Amino acid sequence: MSRDSTTKILSVAFLLCLVCSVLVSAAAVGLSGIQERNKIQERRKNILQAAGLYQPGQPIDEQFRKIEARLVDLQEDAFSQAFDPTTFDSRSAARDPQTSHRIPGDEDPADIKTRSRYKVVYLVKDDTGSLQQLILPVHGKGLWSTMYGFLALDDDFTTINGFAFYEHGETPGLGGEIDNPAWKGQWPGKKIYGPGGEIRIDVLKGTVDRDAPDAVYRVDGLAGATLTARGVENLLHYWMGQDGYRPFLEKLQAQGV
Amino acid sequence: MAKPKDVLLDPIFNRNPIGLQILGICSALAVTSKISTVVAMCLAVIFVITGSNVAVSLIRRQIPANIRIIVEITIIATLVIIVDQFLQAFAFSISKQLSIFVGLIITNCIVLGRAEAFAMKNPPGLSFLDGIGNGLGYSLVLLLVGFCRELFGSGKLLGYTILPTTNEGGWYLPNGLMLLPPSAFFIIGLLIWALRTWKTDQIEEEN
Repeated sequence: MSRDSTTKILSVAFLLCLVCSVLVSAAAVGLSGIQERNKIQERRKNILQAAGLYQPGQPIDEQFRKIEARLVDLQEDAFSQAFDPTTFDSRSAARDPQTSHRIPGDEDPADIKTRSRYKVVYLVKDDTGSLQQLILPVHGKGLWSTMYGFLALDDDFTTINGFAFYEHGETPGLGGEIDNPAWKGQWPGKKIYGPGGEIRIDVLKGTVDRDAPDAVYRVDGLAGATLTARGVENLLHYWMGQDGYRPFLEKLQAQGV
Repeated sequence: MAKPKDVLLDPIFNRNPIGLQILGICSALAVTSKISTVVAMCLAVIFVITGSNVAVSLIRRQIPANIRIIVEITIIATLVIIVDQFLQAFAFSISKQLSIFVGLIITNCIVLGRAEAFAMKNPPGLSFLDGIGNGLGYSLVLLLVGFCRELFGSGKLLGYTILPTTNEGGWYLPNGLMLLPPSAFFIIGLLIWALRTWKTDQIEEEN
């Protein structure tokens, strides 16, 4: 049979595709268990880190046992049983018309257009069962990418206990410095709301004057990454505002968990 | 027939895929801001280039001439997906940093170039050596670029602090340009200059 006959072309193409597809599917299916586990571990590690509870070297599942996942319905501003919080995926929910919420253009500083109606939040309780920390998932646009992070709040729901991003595509070394422990270390102790309940938290351009009376609302900017820093500020303003978690937090404050 | 030793070693200095042929530049810009990602990328490229060379060479007498590029790309794409899956399973944090650049090995001109120019005409043994050699040539340049960029851009090597930066209370004011992809152009340009000063036969004739 000639090397360039039509039959030969078709049979080579068919056999090649068959072999390649078997190899690709074997790799994808065979490794998917480990990959899923990696993703869950990574997420849990980030939640623990945001809450300042992460201890390197200890098994993550063990450490995660003190943390309780709960589903929040941001339309009713209350906990909800609509989905299982351990498997709920708010990113695909944001795309599903049944569960997504379109953010009005003028109320969308985080520039995310839609968000899931439901969010999974994490509760850290002490031995007596009273709430110590509340960990909220937040996200918004940076310079290049959508940045996904966890914000850990103290039980007054205005003091930040920790803030860390677990996924972003900002420039390494510039915007990517949002992962720098020194920068992340500024967040604990900062306050989001002023005494009148207005959102005060600010990421400055430059460094914070430590002695200024409003230093508690201010965080240093990132040199060479003004737009990333502004993105961080904007997403906090969105998620802590009226269209975000604010009404839920007020309700929680009034009624308790 | 070329000597096996030349096939293996020539691509490192004499016919370096990046230095002489200026192929594979895109990934050389994208992943070289840190050495750890460079190492993962290089291993992935060496695996893909060697695997595709051997596979193409094994079936080179069966491949019909008019679909040969498609056949080569299919083989390369398969290998790249397998590498990507393995990275996601066993080197999760590196795979997150490399993100789409692992997938883009498919379009790395070096891989297709070697399959088409060498593996289609040579037996599997030699093609294997050619793959390793070109992979190493590519890796050498990437490692040098990564070394400069990580050291001068963030004052670190492999994540260990060498020059304490002002951000962390040290004295070294990092060069932000080094962390941006264009800096790799400058470094590669300087490397090519150095290489051609050393090996003058690589200098192109002026028209």
